[in-house]
Amino acid sequence: MIMLFEEIHILKQHGKQFIADITAPQLPGPFKGRPEISLEKIDEDALASLCPTGAIGKSPVSIDMGKCVMCGECSFAYPSKIKFTKDYKIATNVRERLIVKEGDVHPIMIDENKIRKEIQSLFGRSLKLREISAAGANADEAELNACGNVNFDMGRFGIDFLASPRHCDGIAITGPISQNMSEAVQVCYDAVPDPKLIILVGTDAISGGIHAGSGALNRSFLESHAIDLYVPGNPPHPLTFVNGILELIRKKKK
Amino acid sequence: MEKQRDTISYKVIQNQSTIALQNIPVLEYGKFYAEVIALMQHEHNHCVTYYAYPTTGKLHFICCIADDKAHDIKILSHEVMESEKLQLISITREVYAFHIFEREIAENFGVEFIYQPWDKPVRYAFNRANQQKVINNYPFYKIQSEELHEVGVGPIHAGVIEPGHFRFLCNGETVLHLEIQLGWQHRGVEDTYLEKSSLIQRTVLSESIAADTAVGHTSAFAGVMESLGGILIPDRLHIERTIGLELERIAMHIGDLSNMCIGLAYQLGASVFGALRTPTINYSQLWCGNRFGKGLIRVGGSHYPLTPELIESLAKFLDNFEGRFKTMSNKLFSLPSALMRIENIGTVSTTQMQLIGAVGMAARMSGIKRDLRKSHPTVGYALQEYDPIFDLTTGDVWARAMLRKLEIEKSIEYIRGLIKKLQLITEDTPKPVSQGSLSLSPSSFSISLVEGWRGEICHSAVTSAEGQIMHYKVKDPSVHNWMALALSLRDLEISDFPINNKSYNLSYCGHDL
Repeated sequence: MIMLFEEIHILKQHGKQFIADITAPQLPGPFKGRPEISLEKIDEDALASLCPTGAIGKSPVSIDMGKCVMCGECSFAYPSKIKFTKDYKIATNVRERLIVKEGDVHPIMIDENKIRKEIQSLFGRSLKLREISAAGANADEAELNACGNVNFDMGRFGIDFLASPRHCDGIAITGPISQNMSEAVQVCYDAVPDPKLIILVGTDAISGGIHAGSGALNRSFLESHAIDLYVPGNPPHPLTFVNGILELIRKKKK
Repeated sequence: MEKQRDTISYKVIQNQSTIALQNIPVLEYGKFYAEVIALMQHEHNHCVTYYAYPTTGKLHFICCIADDKAHDIKILSHEVMESEKLQLISITREVYAFHIFEREIAENFGVEFIYQPWDKPVRYAFNRANQQKVINNYPFYKIQSEELHEVGVGPIHAGVIEPGHFRFLCNGETVLHLEIQLGWQHRGVEDTYLEKSSLIQRTVLSESIAADTAVGHTSAFAGVMESLGGILIPDRLHIERTIGLELERIAMHIGDLSNMCIGLAYQLGASVFGALRTPTINYSQLWCGNRFGKGLIRVGGSHYPLTPELIESLAKFLDNFEGRFKTMSNKLFSLPSALMRIENIGTVSTTQMQLIGAVGMAARMSGIKRDLRKSHPTVGYALQEYDPIFDLTTGDVWARAMLRKLEIEKSIEYIRGLIKKLQLITEDTPKPVSQGSLSLSPSSFSISLVEGWRGEICHSAVTSAEGQIMHYKVKDPSVHNWMALALSLRDLEISDFPINNKSYNLSYCGHDL
């Protein structure tokens, strides 16, 4: 009996932890989400040369969120040109939509017309994924684990990571895909029954990130497969991942 | 102090310092071999790095041995002409801890170490000397018995974790030996340091060596660059970095305790520790915008000074955390059903850990008094002395869990002390240095040791005559400690593997680079 009191005390101290409306939280601190680039004229070459991953494009100035590692170097040097908003809903199914151009203030959206028909009808209420860490540095992986914790609790939407690819509806890849993991990625993908999704999680998976161009990578898998969702971030915040998936798999009320 | 010899065998340097290449003694290999073995006879010495780098026609070998008693580092070297036969007598057969260094040198440069008892590939680096050796054809130990069997797991694991391959040789349920094959995560990090040469590129790269140790690795990197660049940073910044390191430790330790509870199927512990990790990493986001501390550590300064408002929320966070942590951890460590799964499970001895050169948590849970915060403190840890947890000796899963509990409590107190120190400092935190204002000492070697949450992180760099980095070396503590997990599994039921693996939580990418 006394032992039970202890546990009740812990539960009470612990309180309710889950985020009731997963689409609504405001993130604290200088979180870097979708950038907004003003139309101010600046030295574009100087700006672009600051970027460690070549994510900044010129004429018009743009930031490719698939390459951006959110170091903020550009916004420190040109604060009135580039601002990172706290908008964490930055996942999309169209690679080009990750490129934010100067003057753009609209959110990054999923293109409904490009979602395969079977995705919403089959996976709308239950999506089981096999995660493949392909040279991921353990931040992307840790945030995916956090998606299932008591705070973000994506299990309530029927989204889970499972151990066997045979039981899954798709794969989520983290990391820039090393040569040494490239065969395992293909084998694992082949083991998932059709129809199946491919989701790229994090800047490293989408573009190679800071490792892009390294001779130790082999990203050929991505050249021969269509990607269903890009989830940018270094690492992506759990809210970016969960909201991105929900946007992809849930039917919109017309 | 030892007497000055006729010919100096080694130089003595300090942590986060730079030495001119010409001042590093270059020994004939026989003398190097004897000197290293003599140094390694002392329990207070351990090798923090031993590696080779090529220049035209030559292979240079640098060895650094940290002395915990004298709080310094002994540095010595030898070299081989590439036209000569690349053959050396192995130090490993005398000092086991050298196995990983020699295997790496053998793999990268084709050096043959004679009498090396464990001549196996390390990570199948993309630019390895022998491209015929491929990762899917690793020379595993084999068993010649009809009664024994093998269990292979990985590279992809059941959970959402990094890849590695575990091969168990079993007698029924009992593991005779576990062989751990890594390399799947290899991204060519050390070469990327040379290919991407801007300061911000190298900083971002440091943050992604092992992103769960972004603060630790980037602090080590900053130590190298600031030493080579002759940049003196104020106490305030040292203290802020040290707070960052201790917060990273709390965040990872609490996450590990949660994962261990998952391994025990103890739902309450898993949920509560998991939920306590959230405000910890959210504090990091409040401070620098990233839950893993990316962006926090920059060479020469910081974009995110710890303002009075941030200090206030840090103090509040610690108070709230401490109360909730105390009730849950007291519960866990008095729960018989949990204790029976962790006490006397996966035990390693002090001697074993000494032999493999274990560092960090793997050392301190088994009776080895090894902690860089005490032995080779960076400025922050010198400003306020850190008193390490040195009283755990049992070397089992319990000790690894208990060490985390004690270190979390210690870190909370320690950060409170640092906050007080910080409030007495009126100077501002400087901005990071710019690429253009950084000029590195030419023809030099620099080493930086940082006690990350897993243990000893070692970064070192060699510069050219023009002051460019011509070689960069990274060592994550996991490089030594993976062997500890293998030893823990001996004579253990295979079903105890997950809890043991979680109790070490070693880095795959930190090892594979």
